[in-house]
Amino acid sequence: MNILIIAEQQHGALKKASLNAVSAGLSLAQKAGGELHLALLGSGIGAAAEELKGYGAKVLHVVDNPALKDYLAEPYCEAVAQLAKSLNAVYVGAASTAVGKDLLPRLAAKLGAGMATDVLGFEGSGANVLFKRPMWAGNVIAEVEITTPVKVFNIRTTEFAAAPKGAAAEVKAEQVQLSGSYKTKYLEFKPVKSARPELTEARVVVSGGRGTKGNFKPVEELADELHAAVGASRAAVDAGWVPNDLQVGQTGKVVAPELYIAAGISGAIQHLAGMKGSKVIVAVNTNAEAPIFQVADYGLVADLFKVLPELQAAVKAGK
Amino acid sequence: MKILVTAKRVEDPESKIKVKPDGSGIVTEGVGYKINPFDEIAVEEALRLVAKHQGEVVVVSIGSDKVQTEMRSAMAMGADRGIWVKHDGPCDADLAARLLKAVIEKEKPDLVLLGKQAIDDDQNQAGQILAELLGWGQATFASKMESLESEAEAAKTPGIAIDGKSAKVVREVDGGVETLQVELPAVITCDLRLNKPRYASLPGIMKAKKKPIAEMAPAALGVDTAVKVKVVKLSPPPGRKAGIIVPDVATLVQKLKSEAKVI
Ligand SMILES: Cc1cc2nc3c(=O)[nH]c(=O)nc-3n(C[C@H](O)[C@H](O)[C@H](O)COP(=O)(O)OP(=O)(O)OC[C@H]3O[C@@H](n4cnc5c(N)ncnc54)[C@H](O)[C@@H]3O)c2cc1C
Ligand SMILES: Nc1ncnc2c1ncn2[C@@H]1O[C@H](COP(=O)(O)O)[C@@H](O)[C@H]1O
Repeated sequence: MNILIIAEQQHGALKKASLNAVSAGLSLAQKAGGELHLALLGSGIGAAAEELKGYGAKVLHVVDNPALKDYLAEPYCEAVAQLAKSLNAVYVGAASTAVGKDLLPRLAAKLGAGMATDVLGFEGSGANVLFKRPMWAGNVIAEVEITTPVKVFNIRTTEFAAAPKGAAAEVKAEQVQLSGSYKTKYLEFKPVKSARPELTEARVVVSGGRGTKGNFKPVEELADELHAAVGASRAAVDAGWVPNDLQVGQTGKVVAPELYIAAGISGAIQHLAGMKGSKVIVAVNTNAEAPIFQVADYGLVADLFKVLPELQAAVKAGK
Repeated sequence: MKILVTAKRVEDPESKIKVKPDGSGIVTEGVGYKINPFDEIAVEEALRLVAKHQGEVVVVSIGSDKVQTEMRSAMAMGADRGIWVKHDGPCDADLAARLLKAVIEKEKPDLVLLGKQAIDDDQNQAGQILAELLGWGQATFASKMESLESEAEAAKTPGIAIDGKSAKVVREVDGGVETLQVELPAVITCDLRLNKPRYASLPGIMKAKKKPIAEMAPAALGVDTAVKVKVVKLSPPPGRKAGIIVPDVATLVQKLKSEAKVI
């Protein structure tokens, strides 16, 4: 039985989330009793392939094709579907990144497969593995069965530690037939430039909410002192104070850093859905009744404009 | 231009969701229902697009007779008419997409707008599946360059730019925003920052009562209602142990250093 995990690269660099997906693939291979195959698609992706091959998969299929330079659902879907079919893959998965979320449901439809989103773990064995996944903003954990012969899923990266280095995979350069007639065209990408660590990869995250009243300076300065990423609640993002990309929650990024500091965030269930897997949670809020304190390991009922600079100074002094 | 937009009935995001003791479902007593927030954004965008380009907004919902309430909410916002696909029983994203495809083949809209995800099952799949089944292009997670506090938003400018044959869509992706051009007809799924949905006005609510809702049955649409994804069991998420309130920053730092060992 073959398991196919689709890895992801951006501008030729392997995405870290792919290593979490590889780890999910290895765990599934153990439960289901199959062999792990990886796929990497793009144009000029030799270096990323070289990196990806060293994580214990059996085969790494590399589709290096100029037509796959910028990610678009239609050609990627065609290419992956061909690979999955030629391998008779029973399980096809990826990380729940923006690309994973866009591509996999379309791929599932092409393969006539059912799909589970944001998978947290696998239960059972063989071809009858059940998928654990969150519903209702993580208020409920469901076990779902995919009844089709092919099963598609994407995984929540915070639930699977990045795969450790392992035996080298056999690398196969694959040719795919691309129809070339697509309804979508890639026009441009506007990156959010930041010198800070990426939100989903950072060891520490400092997030601000409506309580910052639009002044993210104390949040950012504390983040920099801790070499942390900056996150935000939906309220802060909707107000245009920080880029969309920083939203933590049910419908934003899901993070599980070692330390999550929530400042001026009330702790709505949709926000908690994106951070309650963090190892240690600190909440700073002027309202002692704020729900964020119900999940915080350490709470400070105080004004963030007073407390964050103090905390920053203390961290600096302790270095 | 004819726009088809979906309105799923979901539990109010403000209500507290609890699993039944036997794990067979969620406790529905005391839970409010409303149109999926992402679908509300889709309805708003559809209304802005027809305000600019003329045309008609058709709202579709799949579910029991109760979903007519959410269709009326969409019509109170301004949608012209409704199509109710009557289906009790489980409906995964795949079945929703197959039913929508059948409706779309009858209605032949120029554009189909969905929410990016339904906040009950949180699957984030139906739009992408639908696009593949129709052989159309997809643009998921539609957003806009301007913020929700911008003048463009205050002026109710649509975030999706349409030139007759194609649509330009700004998408929220990892690390920034991307712009795609997609040929019409197309499937577009809406994210949070695309717009701020309007409130229904009183005259809107009155008018909505008289707007037509056509009823369709899956069998008549030629759609098999078997689902591909079955929910076997529900359970509550693992809880977090309640923590402590610390009096000051000094205590916090000391705890983070010696107890939690994270700084
Ligand atoms: C479909 C849907 C999806 C959603 N998805 C998300 C999501 O992914 N992520 C998300 O975050 N939200 C999401 N939300 C929104 C969510 O429900 C809340 O509205 C949002 O999280 C509130 O943000 P906030 O905590 O910053 O603001 P508020 O709830 O307004 O809280 C602000 C807090 O700041 C405190 N405060 C004020 N001044 C100070 C000060 N000087 N010092 C310290 N504290 C102060 C206040 O006491 C208050 O608790 C979603 C909602 C819906 C309906
Ligand atoms: N029963 C339904 N009725 C109407 N629209 C639906 C239904 N189920 C899903 N949809 C649409 O598909 C989107 C994505 O749903 P999902 O893939 O389930 O997260 C939703 O935001 C709706 O726009």
